[in-house]
Amino acid sequence: MATMDMAARGDSAKVLSPAALQRIPAQLIFRVVTGIAALVTFGLIFVMLFFLVVYAYPAIRFNGLEFLTSSIWNIGNQYGSGVTTRNGFTGAPGASFGALVFIFGSIVSALLTMVISVPLSLAVALSLVYTVPRRIRPLANALVELMAGIPSVVYGLWGLVVLVPWIANAFGPFVTSKLGWIPFLGGQIGSGNGLIASVFILSLMVIPIMVATTRDVILSQSNSIFEASMALGSSSWQAMTRAVLPSVRAGVVASILLAFGRAIGETMAVLMVCGAAINVFPQNIFSPVNTIAAVIVSQLESALTDSTGMAQRSLAELACVLFVITLIINVIARGIMRGADRAEGRKS
Amino acid sequence: MSAGQVVHGTARSTHISRTWWGISAACLVAVIGLLFSIFAFVLVQGLPALKPSLFIEPTHGIAGGLANAIVGTLLLVAIGLVLVIVIGLGTAIWTVEFAPAWAKRAIRFMVDVLAGVPSIVVGYFLYVALVEEAGWGFSLIAGAMALAIFMLPYVVRAADVALTNVPKMLTEGAVALGARPAMVVASIAFPYALPGILTGLLVATGIGLGETAPLIYTAGWSNYMPTLHPTHSPVGYLTYVVWTYISQPFAESHRLAYAAAALLMIFIFATNLLARSFVEYKLNKHTSR
Repeated sequence: MATMDMAARGDSAKVLSPAALQRIPAQLIFRVVTGIAALVTFGLIFVMLFFLVVYAYPAIRFNGLEFLTSSIWNIGNQYGSGVTTRNGFTGAPGASFGALVFIFGSIVSALLTMVISVPLSLAVALSLVYTVPRRIRPLANALVELMAGIPSVVYGLWGLVVLVPWIANAFGPFVTSKLGWIPFLGGQIGSGNGLIASVFILSLMVIPIMVATTRDVILSQSNSIFEASMALGSSSWQAMTRAVLPSVRAGVVASILLAFGRAIGETMAVLMVCGAAINVFPQNIFSPVNTIAAVIVSQLESALTDSTGMAQRSLAELACVLFVITLIINVIARGIMRGADRAEGRKS
Repeated sequence: MSAGQVVHGTARSTHISRTWWGISAACLVAVIGLLFSIFAFVLVQGLPALKPSLFIEPTHGIAGGLANAIVGTLLLVAIGLVLVIVIGLGTAIWTVEFAPAWAKRAIRFMVDVLAGVPSIVVGYFLYVALVEEAGWGFSLIAGAMALAIFMLPYVVRAADVALTNVPKMLTEGAVALGARPAMVVASIAFPYALPGILTGLLVATGIGLGETAPLIYTAGWSNYMPTLHPTHSPVGYLTYVVWTYISQPFAESHRLAYAAAALLMIFIFATNLLARSFVEYKLNKHTSR
């Protein structure tokens, strides 16, 4: 059967393909062209990082440590005369590029997103694997995957029109009146645009991704651990959470890290609901915030008016910071995944 | 091992177990319900706004149609796809057919990491490199390259898996019959892997259609129909309409934003459904053997 199949394919190949594919030079060209493509893919990250760092270098020297310690972002007086020179690089008079507010906003919003989305995603993934009847499981899986494909501007649109007013009119007043005594839960609610709106939107965006990856990780674990645990007398929930989940710990941690990377790099949806804070730290969960990703979009227009170009280069420095943070997270996550795969391979 | 420490099942623990399963099922229903409500909200708001004139008229400031944005989005994704097919398939073929083991590992690792690079970083890189330094200005080609970089990991991964799964028996058989590498790939491996590769391309298309951040400072925005000039000619696209028109204080611009969002969702769901049908077709073909 197999040989017949092979012969048939071989024959049709001889008929269909141009003989040129068999020539010796063609082999070399084929190998070189695909090799160049592979080199481009491999080198892309290095090229991007190198280019951004080189472009941002004047800003890195100009801003110094102030970039990480100051919370004042000011492109300087564009109509005054003279320039500010620091370390041999010039910016507009009074220019100050402190990114602390944005770095803080990125990390806090991504961390709070994890607080909400990790338990929810685990619960949903467990439910998908165990509770959902076999018959409708493909439908539920398809739904989760389709949701992962909704573009971020659409989440932002919904957030702006539905979520933000709900926070301002219902959720906010409820929380401040009932739980206002807890630090960061009381005080001004404002327009509803702010930290908690960003966190809710980010959670909705990463949950489908995290559910899909944790579900796959759980399914990759053979049933035997679950059954062995049940046979030892544990309930199904205990078997799932204390035997199966710990056995796939590495995969779950990796999927959480990947989701964290997504949350910290997400731009559009956050940009639309974060309230675009500049130069102030959030006072409570309802305060306007800003993230590195969002500020790169929202500040570029004003940065372009900086005739010294330092504001644009400082935005590139921000992009570098975000790039490095996400690179570290991704490398660790992939490392964990690989380690887990290899350990599994050795076992079997 | 933790499995050994598990408490013996009693009536109480079964009860607790049931409660927890109930809670997680409730989470499932809540999450799917909420996500579905977003989907429904956009369609309910957007579908009534989809008039035929939207597809003919370009935008005028904050009103008009969406023709320029629809054509722009399709053009950007189409050119991005051409780029990603060349680079992505080339990468996958070299990785699977020619690469030594260490290079295979290195490339797969970089592709995985590339998938985690935030879209705005890609956008800003291309803004600096192409729009500013190379002096191309906001342009079709810069936007398409941004989308291509963003789609690349998905295409390489899908093609890598599809090509790796081609049975050794077939390729080795071809080699035994005297086929050289280019012939083996073009006439044996590639046709066999085609459904998997197409699925990857469709998934990438869905992702490209919905991207905004990498386009803002590469493609720019234009109220006019896209010219086919590759540089110095900004291009409009649907996600931009969703993003900016919803914060305008006019009902007409809101309707355009909803219409653009609904169109995007329809495009993306259509590509996802197509991708799924390819997967199923492949499964059927393989199981029927």
